[in-house]
Amino acid sequence: MSTANRAVVDLVEARGQFDPATAERLRARLIAEAEEQHLLDVAYRIVESPVGPLLLAATTEGLLRVAFDCEDHDAVFGVLARRVSSRILWAPARLDEAARQLDAYFARTRRSFDLPVDLRLAAGFHRTVLGCLPGIAYGTTQTYSTIAATAGSPAAVRAVGSACANNPVPLVVPCHRVVRSDGTIGQYRGGTEAKQALLDLEAS
Amino acid sequence: MTVQPFEELVDDHGPVVMRVIRVLLGPAEAEDAWSETFLAAFEAYPRLRPDSNIGACLVTIAHHKAIDQLRSRRRAAVPSAELPDRIADDGCVGDGDADLWAALEGLPFKQRGAVAYHHIGGLRYAEVGELIDSTEVAARRSAADGIAALRRIYRRGAP
Repeated sequence: MSTANRAVVDLVEARGQFDPATAERLRARLIAEAEEQHLLDVAYRIVESPVGPLLLAATTEGLLRVAFDCEDHDAVFGVLARRVSSRILWAPARLDEAARQLDAYFARTRRSFDLPVDLRLAAGFHRTVLGCLPGIAYGTTQTYSTIAATAGSPAAVRAVGSACANNPVPLVVPCHRVVRSDGTIGQYRGGTEAKQALLDLEAS
Repeated sequence: MTVQPFEELVDDHGPVVMRVIRVLLGPAEAEDAWSETFLAAFEAYPRLRPDSNIGACLVTIAHHKAIDQLRSRRRAAVPSAELPDRIADDGCVGDGDADLWAALEGLPFKQRGAVAYHHIGGLRYAEVGELIDSTEVAARRSAADGIAALRRIYRRGAP
């Protein structure tokens, strides 16, 4: 392409450039219109917390996923796309209330969560287990075997462990309050350090 | 399976799609077509094959949305005392834009489309031909004619 022709294309390109304010306005408009037309299947945002950044995702039903920084976010989005929908969009407003309650929890002004939760990523016995966890009081712990009994399958201790390990909404459904019978704290989706930090936070 | 959250596509391709649409429609009405393009792409996102060229898909959707707008603009083209101010607040940088948009608007749609889809949108001439209903050779010709016309108009207007 000749220099003169290139100059014309460059001019057209430069004049078509959009500024950050326009980009911001269009981003907000896309979120609003997607919501309005029931296309916003999964809204997400990232919030800061004492246990690291947390990815929060929600359907219109409720909070769908809380993911720690140590979880591979690409993998998290992949699972959400496969199990729920690939219409995933950064749209923080839907997570405002969840973010507020998590802030309050970490500030120790809130002891339990009052949020609609969408547990479609958990099924069967796992879901039954998750249903038992909000019954463990703030600042206390129960063992995997106690929860197995509460869930109606006293022998299913390992299944309780796997339900906790795969809890799609940790913190909000408090699987960090489930510990091993030998007194050690056990595994955690956000890492054992995070689990210890949460238990310390609730104990103080 | 890796899936990009949709705003990453918006960040990656939004500016190019906006430039394409501004060439097709001018700055005043570009935002509506841009929004419609990305909303339609979001709707279709689950059906998008992982190996598809997302940029080309978006330019194709933008083409259809622009055609829709040009059609409704033609239908609505009745004389009015209250013409919208097309220059104000168009979100563009620089001065003297009006001349450029007027020059582009004066081009036949095929030329404007060929310039937008190939030079701005990065589509190959064969793909451009499919959008403007031409052969590859004719699409190449249209783009060259469009650029030549812009150069003539611009040289006339510029000092």
